[in-house]
Amino acid sequence: MTEPEQTGRGRVNGGLKMMSRATYIREALLKNLFLLCAIVAVAAVALIFVFTTARGWEVVKDPGLAAFLGGTEWSSTLGRFGILPLVVGTLAITLGSLVLGAPLAIGTAVFLSEIASPRMRSIVRPAVEMLAGVPSVVYGFFGLVILRPIAAELTGGMGFGTLTASVILAVMIVPTIATLTEDALGSVPPGIREASYAMGATTWQTIYKVLLPAAKIGIIDATILGMGRAIGETMAVVMVAGNAPQFFKGLGAPIATLTSQIVIDMSYATGTHKTALFGLAIILFLISMGLVALVRALSRLNAKKA
Amino acid sequence: MGKRWTNRIALGVLWLCGLTTVVVLGAVIVYVFIRGIGQITPEFIFTAPHGVNAEGGIGPTIVATIYVTGLAMLIVTPIAVLAAVYLAEYAVQGRLVNTIRFAADTLASVPSIVMGLFGFALFYEVMGLGFSVLSGALALSFLMLPIVMRATEEAIRAVPRFIRWGSYGLGASKWQTVSKIVLPSAMPRILTGLILAMGRAVGETAVVIFTMGQAIYTPISPLDPGRSMTVHLYTLAMEGINMDAAYGTALLLMVMILLFNVSARWLAARNRRLKG
Repeated sequence: MTEPEQTGRGRVNGGLKMMSRATYIREALLKNLFLLCAIVAVAAVALIFVFTTARGWEVVKDPGLAAFLGGTEWSSTLGRFGILPLVVGTLAITLGSLVLGAPLAIGTAVFLSEIASPRMRSIVRPAVEMLAGVPSVVYGFFGLVILRPIAAELTGGMGFGTLTASVILAVMIVPTIATLTEDALGSVPPGIREASYAMGATTWQTIYKVLLPAAKIGIIDATILGMGRAIGETMAVVMVAGNAPQFFKGLGAPIATLTSQIVIDMSYATGTHKTALFGLAIILFLISMGLVALVRALSRLNAKKA
Repeated sequence: MGKRWTNRIALGVLWLCGLTTVVVLGAVIVYVFIRGIGQITPEFIFTAPHGVNAEGGIGPTIVATIYVTGLAMLIVTPIAVLAAVYLAEYAVQGRLVNTIRFAADTLASVPSIVMGLFGFALFYEVMGLGFSVLSGALALSFLMLPIVMRATEEAIRAVPRFIRWGSYGLGASKWQTVSKIVLPSAMPRILTGLILAMGRAVGETAVVIFTMGQAIYTPISPLDPGRSMTVHLYTLAMEGINMDAAYGTALLLMVMILLFNVSARWLAARNRRLKG
């Protein structure tokens, strides 16, 4: 961290008295150029919101807000664009992936931060980071050729559906949750650990009764961001979910999500149909922004408490 | 059951968690490698697919992938690095900085399909760039911006303060210090971030499918369309027309991603060694 007097206005003004006018102007221009670059990030988010909204807001006219948000049928041939089946599909797959993936990820993070020898850590941590780098189509492909037949065996269907998608997504959210949880555990002061060990607690007791409670907010943040990843994941889901916009009928039945329906329909959608797809994009954008805001609010709460 | 046994069982479970992640990664890599390695021939890498079953190679998709990633890199690097310089060196904590950080976090978590649709709406429909490498690169740069920004900001913050003091002590201005002292010292870590962002771009599907298109074509001009390797793999797998080529494409993609990862890791390790 740079300390305030170095970046603060006071110091800069004080220092600049020694400069020639040309240098002063150049420095000021450069500073504003950098500021402009930083504002590009804000402009980018605004652009995304403005353009998806401009293309999608007409869903409030046709099919109408109530029919869009409350409709129970998504069928382009009938011209019905109700998102409830897709919302339920997204919820089912997200929940499934969190149930499978979150414990695995938190366990991995605890293992990395508390148990593993430096040697083990140097194997497991790169593996976790590399899992984050594997392209989502490769995950989808792997799910399609390996997991789908297994799921078909287990559920008696084709193997496309909630089960396969949840397992694949569980693997995909492990890096997100594990990395952030490890950060949270790493920021727990070592003194607390030592105090617990000094009381005669075992490693597990220290983890369970001291470390996990101390890092609670960080772990919740990590899980929320993992959830965001699961909700937004697209290609892997398209390849294994079966893409039938129907309500959840069991782990083995095909299903569609907010994201997968966009990919499937986009190739041929026109008119109201296309508008409805942009409507889905608006909803996804608002969900992801809401989750980020939630995480930031939680962190602020945490900082205030500490 | 005593606390010792509980401890042993619990630690065993945690070990299992750690190992599971390694095994899953290993399984994906090994499986793709075994099924794909037979496909990798010079013909597969350099020639174009032809016929109804996409026989032959995947050359044009490799060109399109590298082209769009490189172009996106050129667009995003200056903006992201300078934005990070502002946040790390110039910014004063306050509402503006908070807004910028919130925007960067949001940008990092916007689903890629939303970026794809946005790219389609802006670059295809409004700006009339068509399905092209340029549209794809512009859309990808939105995806890469927060990644490069965060990596660069962390790299700059990791440069020790006393180096800056030395520079200021010699009478250097702020920009001289940043450009001649801070950025060169932070360069290895910035490069690591850039390489990882390139890995993300190479693996991205949903963004490029709606901006660069799906036509198999070797792009020359930035306004040419193209099909990325990821889109090719997706199409082959979903249509089930040529699974052998799908395995080959998946393997090449994984090799590229692994190369990016390993070189980023090597760069970081070398940097640590030089400093330590």
